[in-house]
Amino acid sequence: MFIAIGFMVLGGVLGFLWRKKEFGNISKIISLLIWVLLFILGLEVGGNPQIISGLTHIGIEALVITAAAVLGSAIAALLLWKRINNKQKGLHEE
Amino acid sequence: MKSSIIIVSFFVLGVLSGYFEIIPLSAVENDISFYVLCCLMFCVGLSLGNDSNTLKRFTRINPRFYLLPVATIVGTLAGCAIISLLFPGRSALESMAVGSGFGYYSLSSIFITQYKGAELGTIALLSNIIREIMALLLAPLFVKYFGKLASISVGGATTMDTTLPIILKFSGKEFAVISVFHGFILDLSVPVLVALFCSL
Repeated sequence: MFIAIGFMVLGGVLGFLWRKKEFGNISKIISLLIWVLLFILGLEVGGNPQIISGLTHIGIEALVITAAAVLGSAIAALLLWKRINNKQKGLHEE
Repeated sequence: MKSSIIIVSFFVLGVLSGYFEIIPLSAVENDISFYVLCCLMFCVGLSLGNDSNTLKRFTRINPRFYLLPVATIVGTLAGCAIISLLFPGRSALESMAVGSGFGYYSLSSIFITQYKGAELGTIALLSNIIREIMALLLAPLFVKYFGKLASISVGGATTMDTTLPIILKFSGKEFAVISVFHGFILDLSVPVLVALFCSL
């Protein structure tokens, strides 16, 4: 896994060094690679009877985890928002 | 939205091909997808490093807003860890790995499939697609009840591209730079956090 991240860092460094150059096609290549990989993920899912039979359960689990993740981040954002506004009020009063 | 539909189509096409055994599974041994993944990561890095504007833009942000990506990450992970108690078969770390996609469904599901198998990979794909859809459809509600930063937080890693227009509409144009900065940091954190929770 960290090998894959190593490749991202390598790409980032090279991209930064060659930032005068235009890589016009890079986003197309990224889309293509993503399509290939998700097609392969689909193949693995379709060829696995256990996953196919549990698809509703998987869907519900995904929905519940997402709801929790989204609610958690919204609450964290609210706390930060209140904190920033309070500080700004404090600054104006000084 | 159009790109999400294309991506889901490829996934569904793969499912059908696998289900009806049009393409044998042996044709896509795990090694191949790992090499493709490395190419993908290299290209993602290249496109981020190559964009000289991204780094320049961030110097103009009110320093307090630098904390927003941290809030998003902490809030998301806390929510995932708590909700994993509902699923006896699911560990908190697996749930947090799914949450660490932050709406970046393509990359996170690919990573999780590679290291935790196709079932959790599929949960990650669905979960992160749902997150992006929620960010697009529910932005006005989040702004109303959780403040103007909530629409950015909920958008996760997508706030520098797909959900940016919605955020600007409901939180205001002055949040453009914060939103891009937030998306940029979350984008970078996806592979790192997913890798971390899969290897722990």
